[in-house]
Amino acid sequence: MNILVCLKQVPDTETQIKIAPDGMSIVTDSIKWVMNPYDEYAVEEALRLKEKFGGEVTIIGVGPKRVTESIRTALAMGADRGILVDDPALTGSDSLGTAKILAAVIKDLDYDMILCGKQGVDDDYGLVGSSLAELLGIPQISIVLKLEVSEDGSSVKAHREVEGGILVVEASLPALITAQKGLNEPRYASLPGIMKAKKKPLDVKTLTDLGVDASEVGEGGAKIKIMQITPPEEREAGKIVEGETPQEKAANLARLLHEDAKLI
Amino acid sequence: MAQGIWIVAEHREGELRKISFELVSEGRRLADKMGQPVSAILLGSNIKEKASMLGKYGADKVIVADDSRLATYTTDAYVSVIAQLAQVNEPAIILLGASVQGKDLSGRLAARLGAGMAQDCVAFSLDNSNLVAKRPIYAGKAYATVTFKDSSPQIATARPNVFELNEPDESRSVEVIDAEFSLDDSQLKTNVIEFIQEAGGKVDLTEAERIVSGGRGMKGPENYNILEALADLIDATVGASRSAVDAGWRPHSDQVGQTGKVVSPNLYIACGISGAIQHLAGMSTSKYIVAINKDPDAPIFQKADYGVVGDLFDIVPALTEEIKKIL
Repeated sequence: MNILVCLKQVPDTETQIKIAPDGMSIVTDSIKWVMNPYDEYAVEEALRLKEKFGGEVTIIGVGPKRVTESIRTALAMGADRGILVDDPALTGSDSLGTAKILAAVIKDLDYDMILCGKQGVDDDYGLVGSSLAELLGIPQISIVLKLEVSEDGSSVKAHREVEGGILVVEASLPALITAQKGLNEPRYASLPGIMKAKKKPLDVKTLTDLGVDASEVGEGGAKIKIMQITPPEEREAGKIVEGETPQEKAANLARLLHEDAKLI
Repeated sequence: MAQGIWIVAEHREGELRKISFELVSEGRRLADKMGQPVSAILLGSNIKEKASMLGKYGADKVIVADDSRLATYTTDAYVSVIAQLAQVNEPAIILLGASVQGKDLSGRLAARLGAGMAQDCVAFSLDNSNLVAKRPIYAGKAYATVTFKDSSPQIATARPNVFELNEPDESRSVEVIDAEFSLDDSQLKTNVIEFIQEAGGKVDLTEAERIVSGGRGMKGPENYNILEALADLIDATVGASRSAVDAGWRPHSDQVGQTGKVVSPNLYIACGISGAIQHLAGMSTSKYIVAINKDPDAPIFQKADYGVVGDLFDIVPALTEEIKKIL
């Protein structure tokens, strides 16, 4: 079973976001870049399926050269090879643009399943997976907590997290799956894994290599345009509820919720 | 020329969900500014009788696609029907809910229509008749205001619990239109096998009006019963911080924050949560935040409307008793 995993590199979730002076981007100087957390679940699931069914796991990243570090991490976890699309013309791509680039990489590959994280924890669009599935004409199952591939490798049954419960959905393969936290517990790369990863193939491709028209992607092709990035509204620290004893504090809080905020 | 605002109504087992009315309400406000009509798109099986409710919240028309294969949401069937209707009728704007269903639909629909898509928006405005959308990024550590370029239609999803509901107007009538569409079974590649309802049938965190959340200060999974007692009393949903989830005390679906759920209830009560940046990002749009924590320097107090410095094991049960007296 050959599996492709689409990988994004994002700022670590502990990052304090600072807005750049242009008001349209964020300051990236001191950011610690990591593999998108949801993509870690995708990589792990791909490796588990490979261990069961055999085949190859290919990691596909889109972005600048630093993304190779995150691809190497996935290779160190056990993936077989990596592909990075790095081209200055990619800057400013929207989700559909990124999906077009991934589709161009994937059209020449042999695969049974594509795994993506359910969303990037940076711009939080969560659109690339389903847009890619559409461009490739394969079914999608998004926000997956549990995945079972049939013994003959022809279909997949997945548990999706929906409001108030779990939806169990089935699709034939090839299909695209997006991973939710809880799908698995990603492994750490072992030292021998890290050594081996250095020798695994990692191809870097440009838009020309892929035959993608640069005007279709990047800022020029984007249908979504950022006008402004602003900080969240400052919340002012409110009042500390007074009281000599826990009971008194609780009573005062209950009164505030009832009389002041009228919430109860 | 593309005209009008569409909202895609959402239901489960034939019951319209609250987000549908939030979408109609916001669609109505935008349409009034544009001087254009609002149409609700309703896909389902034997669902036509629900159309009038959408009218009361402000829809001018309800376009009903009725087919047994649309009774339950599937990506393939819903994308196919909505895309066909959009290609024929050419709405200027399509709004969907940023619910699990809307988020599953939106990327595929946008790719099929070759349109721009703004996910999980918390405010909309208009620049001439172009949609301008404000949406959180980095789980709310910042907000991006985005607009559309050469995109017809302009598609966006609206975060549940954020947009104000219109007062339903019982006297409003609505035009109900039977949609024409075709569905080819060979296009339907996913099957829904079953829906497993969560025990207790609680409102999902993303839709909850009230949340009682516990963090590392809970000390163990066995202590969440004190939060559950409070939550039951005030009809709240119980949430958790990442450290509580990573410790295995609570399921992943309960996690609030950057790699969990981003929530915006009326009332968020944080118990034993210090307020890591990724947690604050996920709940700081709550209308009222209450923090109960032993550490007076915990960052959560900087965001809280009401802070209680004290041991949650004393405060929370006492609070439950005090609220019982009020109710």
